Amino acid sequence: MVGQRNWNRRMAAFVFLLPAVLGLIAFQLLPMASSVVVSFSDWDLLSKWTDIHFIGWSNYAEVFTNEKSYMSIKNVFIFLIGYMPVITVLGIFLAVLLNRNIRGMKLYRAAVFIPVITSWVAVSIIWRWLLNGQSGVVNYLLSLAGIQGPIWLQSEHWAMVAIIFVSIWKDIGFVSIILLAGLQDISDDYYEAANLDGASAWSQLWRITVPLLSPTLFFIVTISLINSFQVFDQVLIMTNGGPAGSTSTIVEQVYRNAFQYNKMGFAAAQSWVLFGIIFLVTIGMQRLQRRWVVYER
Amino acid sequence: MVKQSGILLLIAAMAVISACGSNNGNDSNGNSSSTNASTNGSSDASANESQEPAKDPVTIKYLTYTANGGQENTLKSMVEAFEAKNPDVKVDYEVVPYADYDTKLTTLISGGQAPDVYELGYENFRKYAGKDLLLDLTPIISADSSFDPSTYKKLAYDAFNYNGKQMGVTESFSDVVLFYNKDLFDAKGVKYPDASWTWKEELDAAQKLADPANGVWGTYSPFQFYEFYKTIAQNGGGVFDASGNPTINSQANIDAVQWMIDKAEKYKVSPAMNDDTFSQPDADLNAFMSGKIAMARFGIWNFSRFKDAKFKWDIALEPGNTQKAHHFFADGIVASKDTKQAEAVWKFMKYFTSDADSVNKRIAAGWSVPAVADDAVLDAYYKQAPPESKKVVIDALDSLVLPPVGPKPEKWGELQAAVTEQLDKAKFGKISVKEALDNAQKSVADLLSK
Repeated sequence: MVGQRNWNRRMAAFVFLLPAVLGLIAFQLLPMASSVVVSFSDWDLLSKWTDIHFIGWSNYAEVFTNEKSYMSIKNVFIFLIGYMPVITVLGIFLAVLLNRNIRGMKLYRAAVFIPVITSWVAVSIIWRWLLNGQSGVVNYLLSLAGIQGPIWLQSEHWAMVAIIFVSIWKDIGFVSIILLAGLQDISDDYYEAANLDGASAWSQLWRITVPLLSPTLFFIVTISLINSFQVFDQVLIMTNGGPAGSTSTIVEQVYRNAFQYNKMGFAAAQSWVLFGIIFLVTIGMQRLQRRWVVYER
Repeated sequence: MVKQSGILLLIAAMAVISACGSNNGNDSNGNSSSTNASTNGSSDASANESQEPAKDPVTIKYLTYTANGGQENTLKSMVEAFEAKNPDVKVDYEVVPYADYDTKLTTLISGGQAPDVYELGYENFRKYAGKDLLLDLTPIISADSSFDPSTYKKLAYDAFNYNGKQMGVTESFSDVVLFYNKDLFDAKGVKYPDASWTWKEELDAAQKLADPANGVWGTYSPFQFYEFYKTIAQNGGGVFDASGNPTINSQANIDAVQWMIDKAEKYKVSPAMNDDTFSQPDADLNAFMSGKIAMARFGIWNFSRFKDAKFKWDIALEPGNTQKAHHFFADGIVASKDTKQAEAVWKFMKYFTSDADSVNKRIAAGWSVPAVADDAVLDAYYKQAPPESKKVVIDALDSLVLPPVGPKPEKWGELQAAVTEQLDKAKFGKISVKEALDNAQKSVADLLSK
């Protein structure tokens, strides 16, 4: 009897899960598996299956030898170096500010979050105008401060800076709202006790807030890392990978190779290399986590 | 409290899903839009079918891009007229914007859903023909006594001949000519451009016409790959030599690119190379429309855009240096190799490209120039003004340059990207023109050797 009931419950669970699982298999797992196969082939999207040649590891070798391809990997790391530290520090700062009890706080919180829910396409187009080298608002404001702004999106050096800046502007709301949730999870008892012991605000921040916030911080850093490796929308719209390839990223190259140059095999190899990079970095983060992340219980 | 293992699992799952998410995202977008579009198309078709229940017509699928952006209704009336004449054929057509066209078509073909008949520009025609995806029309043409290739402009017709096989029929063509603002010329008392002009006369006039204080430029041409291959041809250069070897860093090419840059940076008769306003889409067309450019190299498909300009304008042949050269873009329609409706497809191709009815509709709507040889048919086109000197459109064909697709059509996209990247570097003065073209020569040679 008991066994029968268990069996029925399992069946019910299975039946309810089936549609979702089928979708997952058909639209996620099968394409993933087939992209492994494709990555070892020279498939150009147009040839019949019978005309596909398997060419071993040469697509993977090309990921690291093709200049456009390894430059795009390098560019993603440049993006990361500019983006990660700034968004983490600014995010904490903003979260602390948003954690205050002042009038209209809900309004501030909403304002900070609005860029997050705005479409990347709209954001990119607007910022392209704002960053216009001759008639943009950004350079006008800089000129008020006596600074001659660069032609942001037409310069090999400043284009990436602009992309990083806009990405931070867009993502900072997400980061600070998550950190805010983490902050609110920290019990006031610690601060009361610290005040009684005469701890300064600075040491309260370093010895209470940051350690207790570290699980949330870890989450934010990991998610941001994974997202940064996949920078695409803003690049495609703001600079189209230019000028002279200086903002070309891995996903942008995957897109071009797959759908514009008909090199599906190479694109599949590139995306698996990207997966490998993200996987390794995530594992590395997990290892490092033990050194600095504090779990309360 | 959040459990450590829970976070680990979550992150692992996110890493896996998001790493592949971007690809799948593109795929599913493409698919969903195609299903939407095709359901629209088929509901149209079924509505038509219900009106004529007697016959059992065959349905052919047609994919097009040139009708996008304003000519959808012209296409619709052409298709309806065709269906009225051929009740046994239904055309299930779909209009896709040019920017997404190649991607969409590629996806359809790779999914085994190739349209029976579709539109291709010359460059893509070479690629698709090279991949053996197109139906060889030669036997059908020789069997069809009612069809005469000389109906078409020979150049445009032959553009769709691949290695001796006719694999498509030309539908329309376009080129690029020199547009000029007559009012600005009159104000400065400068003679209008004519066929005898070379770069030197263009520069002389531009220097007189340019008025930096009022933001008026003497002459304008974009700085990109298509302009590059035409301008070097005007100086006797080229991307490939006769046997298909790249000759990108020839002295003639270097001088031509230097001239393109000098117009802006040395003589200041064109917007600066790093002018951000002119990097916005259509900024050049808008500037001409608002009377800020005296001479500009634009495509003839922009005629209707300037119809209501507040000044008088006309067109002329482009000035060249050692010789004349003009862009030539041919659009044609081709049949899929796997089509089961070759007969119906052929009827549609003939009707759509050369039937008097469809040609007249095309001209009346100002869609494009039909590639027919009979000047009497084109008379209606010549008469549409502005511009008055409309015959220039045809005169330009005497000195056309085709897109330099080269010996490996499938590499066309990469070839463009490789050259563009170097042109960008030269444009910002990062490296000299010679260095840039040396680099471009090397990367194109590498590309073709693989």
